[in-house]
Amino acid sequence: MSKTILIVGGGLAGTIVANGLCRQLGTQLRSGAVSITMLGTCDTHMYQPGLLYVPFGRMREHEMFREQSRVLDRRINFFVDPAKAIDAEKKQVTTDSGRTFRYDYLVLATGSRIMPQSVPGMQEGAHWFYDLEGARKLRDALNAFQGGKIVVNINAPHKCPVAPVEFTLMLHEFLEAKGLRDKSEITYTYPIGRLHSLEPVAHWAGPVFEQLGIKSEVFFNTEKVDPQAKTITSMEGSELPYDLLVTIPPHEGASVISESGLGKGGWVPTNTKTLHREGSDDIFVVGDTTNIPISKAGSTAHFEADVLIDNLASLVQEGRWAREYDGKAFCFIETGFSTGTYVWFNYKTPPTVAPPSQMLHWFKLAYNRLYWLSARGLL
Amino acid sequence: MAERQTVDARGAFCPGPLMELIAALKLAAIGEEVEILSSDKGSVADIPAWVAKVGHSFVGSTEHDGYWSVVVKKAK
Repeated sequence: MSKTILIVGGGLAGTIVANGLCRQLGTQLRSGAVSITMLGTCDTHMYQPGLLYVPFGRMREHEMFREQSRVLDRRINFFVDPAKAIDAEKKQVTTDSGRTFRYDYLVLATGSRIMPQSVPGMQEGAHWFYDLEGARKLRDALNAFQGGKIVVNINAPHKCPVAPVEFTLMLHEFLEAKGLRDKSEITYTYPIGRLHSLEPVAHWAGPVFEQLGIKSEVFFNTEKVDPQAKTITSMEGSELPYDLLVTIPPHEGASVISESGLGKGGWVPTNTKTLHREGSDDIFVVGDTTNIPISKAGSTAHFEADVLIDNLASLVQEGRWAREYDGKAFCFIETGFSTGTYVWFNYKTPPTVAPPSQMLHWFKLAYNRLYWLSARGLL
Repeated sequence: MAERQTVDARGAFCPGPLMELIAALKLAAIGEEVEILSSDKGSVADIPAWVAKVGHSFVGSTEHDGYWSVVVKKAK
C-alpha cells in the first residue's frame, strides 16, 4: 500500500525535506509506493536572509523570490492551501479550502512569524526588516533619515539570532557612507545581560561596538513603544528616546500548531535528536517549528532537514533509522558591507567566532545565490 | 499548586537558558511557573537577578548532577 508523506509548510525547511526525499525515493515515487504532498501558504518562495540587505538597497527584491512550483521537484503534489487543523489521532490535516489530506508520515515545517502586535505601540512606532513590507518601509525611512537617535531593539524569541548584530554593523557603515554617522547615535538593546545569546559573539561584539561608538543596553525586554512621544520602555524600567526605532519583534509559531493543540505559541515539543514530535512516531518537526532550545535559523532548519530526509527515506525503504541530529548550526555574520565572519556549533561543541575577512563576506554573498541549490536539495 | 512547565535548556549555547525563560514566560499565564533546566551555572545567578528586575517571583533553584533547575513564577 502506498505511503503518503505530507509536509505542512513550504518554507526553507519543508522545501529542502520535500526535494531531498524526491532525490532519495525515486524508485518508490516511480512505482507509486510513496507519494509526497506539500501544503503551502503561498505560491512564491522567499530567500528570507535577503531581507537584511533590502533596507540598505543591497539586494533587489526579485533576487529573493522564485515560484515555489519551480523550486519544488515536479513529483511533489504541491497545493497552495494552508493547513487549518492537524489531527494527530486521525492522521489527517484539513485545509482552509476544506480539503482533507491523510498521511502516513507528517512533517511539520510551519515556521515562525513576527508578532509586533504583541507589544503595545510597536506596530505603529517601529520599523523592522523581518518581512518584505517592513524591509521596504525601513529602506524608505533610512533613505529619509537625516541624523538622530536610532535604537536597534531585539526581542525574545526571534529567529536568525545574528541578523540584529549584522544589521547594526551595516547600519553604522551605511550612515558613515552618507556622512550622517557623526549626527547619529546608535543604541543596541538586548534581552539578556550581554550583547548576544552566543557568548563568544557577545565577547566579540562588545569591543567592536565600543570602537564604532555604538551604545548598548542589556537586560532590555520591551514593554511598550510610545509612537507619539517616540520612546521605547523596557520591562526592566528603562526608557529610551528614538528618532528611528528598528526592532526585531518577538516571534511566535504558526497558529495552526497552537490551535490544533500541538504546542503552545506554535512551537511543537520535539525530540532533540530524532526530531519526532514528542509522543508520536509518525510526526516529525523541522526548522523554526520545533521547541528545541537552539537557534531558530535557516542553517538549523537545513541541517535538521538533512537528517530528517535520511531518516524518512531509510524508514520507507528499509524500515530502519539512519542517524540522529547533533544540534549543528552554522551562521554567516556580515560585519559590515565588506567583511564577514561565521560561527558554528552543535549540542556538544561550543561556538567560536572566526576572524572577520573579506573572503568570508564574499562567501556569504555567494551563498545568497547558492541558496537556491540548497532549497532544491542539491547543496 | 501552580501549573508548571519545564524547559530543558541544558547544553543550549543559543539562545540559552535566560532567553528560553523570557520566551516561555511570554506564553505563560499569570501565576504559572516555569522551570528551566540549565547546565550553565551562571543561570543560577542571572535568572533570579533578572526576575527581580522585572517583577516576577523567583521560586527557587536546585542543583542536580551536572545541571541546575531554576523555577520562576509569572507575576504580571
